[in-house]
Amino acid sequence: MATQTQTQPERIEKKALGEPIIQLENVNKWYGDFHVLKDINLEVKKGEIVVVLGPSGSGKSTMIRCINRLEEYQEGSIKVNGIEVNNDVKNLRQVRSHVDMVFQHFNLFPHLTILENLTLAPIWVYKRPKKEALETAMYYLEKVNIADQAHKYPNQLSGGQQQRVAIARALCKNPEILLFDEPTSALDPEMIGEVLDVMVKLAEEGKTMITVTHEMGFARKVADRVIFMDAGQIVEENEPEAFFNNPESDRLKLFLQQILHH
Amino acid sequence: MAVYPTIPPKEPPLGERGAIAWVRHNLLSSPYNIAFTILGIGILYLIIPPFVKWAFLNATWTGHSKADCHPGGACWIFIRAKLDMFFFGFYPHDQLWRPKTVIATIVALVAASKFIKGFNKLKIALIVMFPIYAYILLRGGYFGLSPVETSKWGGLLLTLVIASVGIVLSFPIGIVLALGRQSKLPIIKSMSVFYIEFVRGVPLITVLFMASVVLPLFFPEGVNFNKLARALIGITLFEAAYVAENIRSGFQAIPKGQYEAADSLGLSYWQKMGLVILPQAIKVTIPNLVGTFISLFKDTSLVMIIGLFDLLAMVTVTANDRDWLGMDTEGYVFAAFIFWIFTFSMSMYSKRLEKKLDTSKGK
Repeated sequence: MATQTQTQPERIEKKALGEPIIQLENVNKWYGDFHVLKDINLEVKKGEIVVVLGPSGSGKSTMIRCINRLEEYQEGSIKVNGIEVNNDVKNLRQVRSHVDMVFQHFNLFPHLTILENLTLAPIWVYKRPKKEALETAMYYLEKVNIADQAHKYPNQLSGGQQQRVAIARALCKNPEILLFDEPTSALDPEMIGEVLDVMVKLAEEGKTMITVTHEMGFARKVADRVIFMDAGQIVEENEPEAFFNNPESDRLKLFLQQILHH
Repeated sequence: MAVYPTIPPKEPPLGERGAIAWVRHNLLSSPYNIAFTILGIGILYLIIPPFVKWAFLNATWTGHSKADCHPGGACWIFIRAKLDMFFFGFYPHDQLWRPKTVIATIVALVAASKFIKGFNKLKIALIVMFPIYAYILLRGGYFGLSPVETSKWGGLLLTLVIASVGIVLSFPIGIVLALGRQSKLPIIKSMSVFYIEFVRGVPLITVLFMASVVLPLFFPEGVNFNKLARALIGITLFEAAYVAENIRSGFQAIPKGQYEAADSLGLSYWQKMGLVILPQAIKVTIPNLVGTFISLFKDTSLVMIIGLFDLLAMVTVTANDRDWLGMDTEGYVFAAFIFWIFTFSMSMYSKRLEKKLDTSKGK
């Protein structure tokens, strides 16, 4: 990880950002008595790429998991595309058609082939014709360079391949927003690159992305904004260059020191 | 600095290959192991030769009555003479072609299923149609078939009817109960838990008694509920609780990430359970499920106590025949052999199914 931050990666070319698509207002969440998210305010524009950094247990994953309602929150409001994220089944269905998530441990369905993993939601949830769903699936598998594995089962693939399949699966329903929850943390070092390449490609195409990661190189290269969380709150946010070169808060300075100097 | 050349793979040393290695590693690896090997051979020596002598060498295979049998060996003529009773109970002799046709149909369908690929509409139609077909043929009363009361059904036929109906019906009920136990709705959850724990706390004999004595109290006077149907209801409801617990253990083996991925893709509760969670949960519980079904198969012999004559009961009945007194041993060995054939096939099938559904290796 640290090696990638030695050289300044080349920035990708950015398109203009659109309207706000994700809005978190004063979001508070508790696990029992433990206050995990404290007054989170965050607005993400269409096409924006946000990278969330922070020590483990700082609430980064919990925050993005609230956006597609894998976690509930007790106070405040979250809106995706103007739709309130709450227990209302109709809202939830709409929100989840706009957002999908890529997990640390891929979470592919091991009893289905790669192709079946990709077509499951389009066919059953979004009622696409089977032929169309298959074509879309093959299109995205080619995009993540894995079309030749379409008929295998997930456990026959390497971690990097599985994560690329997971990204393709998320793309198949054509969501406007992708949430990445530490997508490279469970991968062997030699496989991180192939997954990051796919993510950079998506960033270039203008997908809205919120990524929780420890990959500083990725943050510098594609992020429009980097957010630092600690102890359940957003401590500092800035454009990547200023974020890494001129951190203001002591907590961020300490964090950057810990991850960069060893 | 040093660079080393690539070493080509070699064969392992002689003592680590083939049969010698197997014997060394599995039978003689330690003093304890050697002692157990000797003990095992000793026990086999005490059991096998006398049994072979009784069952094969000194046995009588041909003849017509008990008088033809020589002492000191098994009298297999008894089995031959009573075979129809073991297999079909008191089913009228001139109508035996009907259960035989049903059995021939099962064999034909199983053979044919090898040639019909996948799980298509034809298969589903056959699975739905078969019980109706079998019932009409066995029970009669339609299409000019003379009616045969279910109280006349017996022997292996009855064992198979009870076991297969019990397995087929308890499976979906068990799934529903397992889902109920997982439910977030407290009423559904506590009802499922109560049902499962209650039924598991009661012996099957009690359930059968209740089904045969208590159940009729719920029906209006004059409605005479058939004895076999009562046994079927009792066994199905009993086994459903066990199936539910098996499937619940399967649910617990599924990582949380599978639920989250399904939620994240937008699947509804039923889609998530039906397409993602249940197929995996059932797959990991196959060995346990088949274990439950095997004990269900053997438990069917308990219907004897409510007056139905399954295979085991038929042995008891035929061994009391005045002409064949003292043939209990032959009868029970034969019954054990038949039970073993079925239960062993079930466990073989479960192994094959596990292998077939294993997606971690190439197909």
